[in-house]
Amino acid sequence: MNIQISRRDALLGSGALIVSFALADSLTGVHAQGAAKPLALTEVDSFLAIDKTGKVTVYSGKVDLGTGITTALRQIVAEELDVPMNRVDLVQGDTLLTPDQGKTWASVTIQVGGMQLRQAAAAARQALLAEAAKKLGTDNLTVADGIITAGGRKKVSYAELIGDKSFSIKLDPKQPVKEKSPKDYKIVGKSTPRVDIPDKVTGRFTYMQDFRVPGMLHGRVVRPPAIGAKLEKVDESAAKKIPGVVRIVREGDFLAVVANNEWDAIRGADALKVTWSKSETLPDQAKLWEHVRATKVVKEDATSNVGNVAEALAKEGAKVRKATYDFAIHTHGSIGPSCAIADFKDGKLTSWSASQATHDLRKQLALMLGLSLDNVRCIYLEGSGCYGRNGHEDAAADAALLAKVIGNPVRVQWSRADEHGWDPKGPPTLVDLQASTDAAGNVTAWDSIFYIPQAGPELNVALVAADLAGMPTSKVSFPGNIFQLSAIPYKFPNVRTVCRRLETTPLRPSWIRTPGRMQNTYANECFIDELAAAVGMDPLEFRLKYLDPADKRGIEVLERLAALAKWDKRPSPKKGAAGNVVKGRGISYTKYELVRTYVGAVAEVEVDRSTGRITVPRFYITHDCGQIINPDGLKSQIEGNVIQTVSRTLIEELKFDRSQVTSLDWASYPILTFPQVPDIVMELIDRPNEKPWGAGEPAAAVIPSAISNAVFDAIGVRLRSIPYTPAKVLAAMQAT
Amino acid sequence: MAIKSLTVNGKRVPVTYNDPQMPLLYVLRNEFGLHGPRFGCGLGQCGACTVHIDGAAVRSCITPLSTVDVNKKIVTLEGLGTPEKPHRVQKAFIEEQAVQCGYCINGMIMESVAFLAKNKKPTEAQIKDALANNLCRCGTHARIVRAVKRASA
Repeated sequence: MNIQISRRDALLGSGALIVSFALADSLTGVHAQGAAKPLALTEVDSFLAIDKTGKVTVYSGKVDLGTGITTALRQIVAEELDVPMNRVDLVQGDTLLTPDQGKTWASVTIQVGGMQLRQAAAAARQALLAEAAKKLGTDNLTVADGIITAGGRKKVSYAELIGDKSFSIKLDPKQPVKEKSPKDYKIVGKSTPRVDIPDKVTGRFTYMQDFRVPGMLHGRVVRPPAIGAKLEKVDESAAKKIPGVVRIVREGDFLAVVANNEWDAIRGADALKVTWSKSETLPDQAKLWEHVRATKVVKEDATSNVGNVAEALAKEGAKVRKATYDFAIHTHGSIGPSCAIADFKDGKLTSWSASQATHDLRKQLALMLGLSLDNVRCIYLEGSGCYGRNGHEDAAADAALLAKVIGNPVRVQWSRADEHGWDPKGPPTLVDLQASTDAAGNVTAWDSIFYIPQAGPELNVALVAADLAGMPTSKVSFPGNIFQLSAIPYKFPNVRTVCRRLETTPLRPSWIRTPGRMQNTYANECFIDELAAAVGMDPLEFRLKYLDPADKRGIEVLERLAALAKWDKRPSPKKGAAGNVVKGRGISYTKYELVRTYVGAVAEVEVDRSTGRITVPRFYITHDCGQIINPDGLKSQIEGNVIQTVSRTLIEELKFDRSQVTSLDWASYPILTFPQVPDIVMELIDRPNEKPWGAGEPAAAVIPSAISNAVFDAIGVRLRSIPYTPAKVLAAMQAT
Repeated sequence: MAIKSLTVNGKRVPVTYNDPQMPLLYVLRNEFGLHGPRFGCGLGQCGACTVHIDGAAVRSCITPLSTVDVNKKIVTLEGLGTPEKPHRVQKAFIEEQAVQCGYCINGMIMESVAFLAKNKKPTEAQIKDALANNLCRCGTHARIVRAVKRASA
């Protein structure tokens, strides 16, 4: 990447130092000399630049993980600036060029990142209009396609006003700039086709896995056969005979083969004869839940506490119902294993990866290799969908370590077994619930305990290479906010929800799409259904009875869902089921994190009582995430949420022995395939005048419980352990 | 080091190699710089690496170079069409916006093109069966089925 820096007059400020970028060749990873492009969240120039041809460049710290966000972010900026979509370019996730807008996670890219961009664009537009008013001698101005017109005659373009110069405008979140009125929107709210798809369907797109650097070598890591095993001995003789092998790198327990082509690196790694120490650090998977329950609790967080639960539960005549739900360990299951390239030259590291958090990765790599932050640049390239923190950061650490040792740029491509075996996992979740009802069938108390790992520097997602090589690993990466949605949206008189934060969890914990929110909503929405059934009420009516009547958007989501799914009002289970294959329907609801996106879901299921096999022919979804930026992009996200989570609910469970993960491929960790995919009928509730909220996760939160409740409706048996394999269904039927 | 010729996307191209057991995928990606066929599992389980050999959809990650010679016509995603002039299946994927991350899409398109050559008017169930061994993790299945259906219309 060539970066030219020059001093030019600032249009609107006081001659600040200006940077312009020629993004012609991004192969060499050259660092900027001298002053850097602004990156502060308080500067318009951090987010936007307009060149002499009128082309707008957006600098986004949030990255496209395959969700289509680069199209939606362009829409937001194009709309606010009144420029056509094809005049907007976007640079994403480059620590030298894009501001640190936080990790791309938690469904906040539009909600937070997009709104920062909207503010920057609104401020830029306002300044451009003010400048045009001076130039054209009137403030009666209109803007179209980046051209400002006065009274239909005199014109000046953005390019003429600002081309290649800096805005030098401060942004103050406390004093937001006035944004365009949604009634004037022409681009936002439309299903603009994604900018990346033509290249992706023709092989022209460059994924991380396709990226190449001149002089690059290929590294293949050799992971221990057991977590915590020590490298005792390596016989390199056979590996060294393989023609392309350049070097075998050993740093502590980190071992890799570097070759001048990828296949020889793989062959070299296979040819190494390695002796590792025995290590058995994992619990017996057959007793996983006993293990979780016995893990040391480091703190107890009450996520809600209303009234007096203990008193209500103990009250004479109170009918108390108890249940325990568990949710298996899942892996991200990216179709493309993680990949990264690193180049270490003159004390400076350039890392290319598909990391969802390049600014955090930069800190991690700097600490690991003992470099100052200024000497590390991390650049994002789109990889295979990651759905959270998969192995991308670890591949980046592998490549960085090897590049520093070797001196050449090194590419590391993980194998399938590396990805399944070594990407960090969605931790196991165990939930105890109890609730009481009175003689009239009213819920009098709700009491729940969630057993989830602690979040914070103590339980950090370390870089695998740093751990193996005995290098320092920073504490900036840990599962976020998995307590969310342990509290409930229902207004019972006495409510207590408690998270017991566990000191450890069996495998390196991470976040996978809807982390915590999925597991917690699963337990809550199933148990709500249990209570509805216990008092003989229709499960939709039961929910509406206890939702806050002032929360009109939530109620509308459920009412529209009932209409969409032609909800048959009656208590579960369904009566009169005959034959082996029986049908049921179940409902679920969330107000995401109790403060944003509303989703309602109805699942239709068929359960084969002879085999225990569940199929999900259809899902109905109603969804209110406020202002919709791109309806088709939103639908695509919701479809993905539903399908991926049907897979997680019915099929997925990571297996391990006492030493290591044993689900190392798609045969031992199957996922949903085409014949099992449900039809999805959805209704989007657009609210152009409301804030836009996230949609990458919320719909996933309601899928497991909707299925579970539908299975109960069909067979009258409550399933409480994800995944719902045929064996578990048969066992639950027998136990009932 | 040995050398042989292959026929890729209509062109005869030489390839040098150390190991005749090297899977075709590595030749296509690393020697010819093609981006269409993708590494997903190396085990023939996911379909991301699919190419056509004499019109049949083949998993290039488990196809040793030794089994392919210049007489076999290899076609990759790039050989079907371009953004400017896409193949009708590629066009249908664009029209249906049948991509999320897109990593699996090579396999979906290559498998579908080979399938549609044999079954010109498939039902939805037949499309799903034809793609049953191609994995997608983003949950793009519904759109992919619609795209294949559209391409067959």
